[in-house]
Amino acid sequence: MVSAAIGGTLAPAARTGAVEARDVSKRFIQPDGGEVTALSSLNLTILPGEFVSLIGPSGCGKSTFLRLVAGLISVTAGTLALDGAPINSTGADRGLVFQDPTLFPWLSVRGNVAYGLKIRGVYKEKRGEIQRYIDLVGLTGFEKSYPHQLSGGMAQRASLARALVNEPKVLLLDEPLGALDAFTRMSMQDEILRVWRERGTTMIMVTHDVDEAIYMSDRVFVMTPRPAKIERVIAVEIGRDDNLGRSRDDPDFLRLRAEILRILQFAGKKRQPEYFL
Amino acid sequence: MTNAAIQSRPTRRRYSRFDPRVMWPLAAITLAFLAEVILPGHEKLRNPDYTEFRWLLGILAGLFAALAWASVYLRGLRETLARRGLFIGVLITLLGFVNIATAKLLLLPQIYFPSVSRVLHVYREEYRLLFVDCLGGSFVLLCQGVGTGALAGLLMGVLVGWSERWHFWVNPLVRVLGPIPTSTWIPLALVAFSTPRAAAVFVIAFGVWFQITVLTASGIQNVKKSYYEVSSTLGASGIQNLFHIAIPDALPSIFLGLFNATCSSFAALVVAEMLGVKSGVGWYINWQKEMLSYPGVYAGLIVIAGFCYVFITVQFKLRDRLLRWQKGVIKW
Repeated sequence: MVSAAIGGTLAPAARTGAVEARDVSKRFIQPDGGEVTALSSLNLTILPGEFVSLIGPSGCGKSTFLRLVAGLISVTAGTLALDGAPINSTGADRGLVFQDPTLFPWLSVRGNVAYGLKIRGVYKEKRGEIQRYIDLVGLTGFEKSYPHQLSGGMAQRASLARALVNEPKVLLLDEPLGALDAFTRMSMQDEILRVWRERGTTMIMVTHDVDEAIYMSDRVFVMTPRPAKIERVIAVEIGRDDNLGRSRDDPDFLRLRAEILRILQFAGKKRQPEYFL
Repeated sequence: MTNAAIQSRPTRRRYSRFDPRVMWPLAAITLAFLAEVILPGHEKLRNPDYTEFRWLLGILAGLFAALAWASVYLRGLRETLARRGLFIGVLITLLGFVNIATAKLLLLPQIYFPSVSRVLHVYREEYRLLFVDCLGGSFVLLCQGVGTGALAGLLMGVLVGWSERWHFWVNPLVRVLGPIPTSTWIPLALVAFSTPRAAAVFVIAFGVWFQITVLTASGIQNVKKSYYEVSSTLGASGIQNLFHIAIPDALPSIFLGLFNATCSSFAALVVAEMLGVKSGVGWYINWQKEMLSYPGVYAGLIVIAGFCYVFITVQFKLRDRLLRWQKGVIKW
């Protein structure tokens, strides 16, 4: 199932960027002293250069997982590794893009994109990359603009370029398109796919949008809350079109969509109307 | 928009090189001058032979005539002058009325409200003492005080805002000591410092230190956590987060602190100049007041107003340069 999914992608063969979780648990201590289990005994393997989506209702631990991989928080139990090396802190090999672009308002688009290079002290050698990534996300001509001058979509592109310029092995996307309008969203989906093909970066995306997950991913991890766990792993075995996405009216697309929705709807112990779609 | 409307705009702009509104100041100057020359001075007026007001009007007339002439050729100047012209004109007219009230009609006791010429005369008599010794002295003292206070405040604000430990131990102290009015420190400052000058610098620096500490610390504490998270995932270490995220993001707040501190430092300056530092504009004003020489008081007040204005304006230019990513934090 896994190999079939990878065979179906157009991504160049990437050698690095494998994420492996073994019995990963994460518990948060509440201010009142209580504990909340965000993840318990999670097991998954993400292959180098793979595009996976984590989908599920709020509170199922998707974002927690991304933050664990990013190294912003650490596991309570179990092991989480990137290319075999345990993850225990943040690092430039794992980029993160939030739903909110979170651009640094005191830096121009170019300054934001250059940030990672400057921080790592490789600005001089790699400064040529800045323009390349600005062009790649379609922000040519806006290098000198400040974040408050950009639209939501443009800001999110800049944030994508900022994460990409470090050439991370894994790009973590936490609902990257959640705040965008439908049209911007669709074109951004294609752009992320284009970047993915060009870079061969492993992509792990959290989303609430079933269509988006099927359209973009090699595999979809359907997660459920209480207890937070992976309910099902679905390989999307639909051929990618020229834009690298899937045809949205393909019968298999619709079948997968129905299947995922069915899992989401029936897997949850406490169903909440807002997730019915 | 019709064709005619589109065409009429550039045409109008090309030929309207002279804006009559730039003549407002000149008109006001003429009126004030006529009033000064035609109306006889009051018989009890002190120093009726002083002609400084006429000289001032003459210089202003020359200046605004030159500006009006230049405005025909320089568009930026023309627009500024046309916009400000009426305001400047009214200001000069008011000055003309002050002249009439003091020199011509003697409506007010002239010991406290001297004629404009007598105030201006002080500049001619004492320009060296006032501009070189006093203004220079005030400037150096203010720079030393604000500089020391700002540096100390910035350092402590960053530490208190960034480090839990500093916050725990130092913040209560800042909150207790800070609000104490500057002048309250004078008795202590005079004992604690060997020279009155050091005491004066301390008194100014203290108020600046407090305001900048508080606003720097609050600026740093209010940095969005997600900025640190993004920065960290881009490879930044803790100390890099401080210098590349926390301080730039806190900069508007730091400048707000600096602005408040600078404004209150002018008050502190005058107090500080009383501490045996026998120079400075603040000292000059008090000295003149004690001598019941009110023309000197007014002359000093005008100098201190211009001085504070320039001091703040320079600071705002610097801020606008550093904060060009967010326009108009504080309007001035």
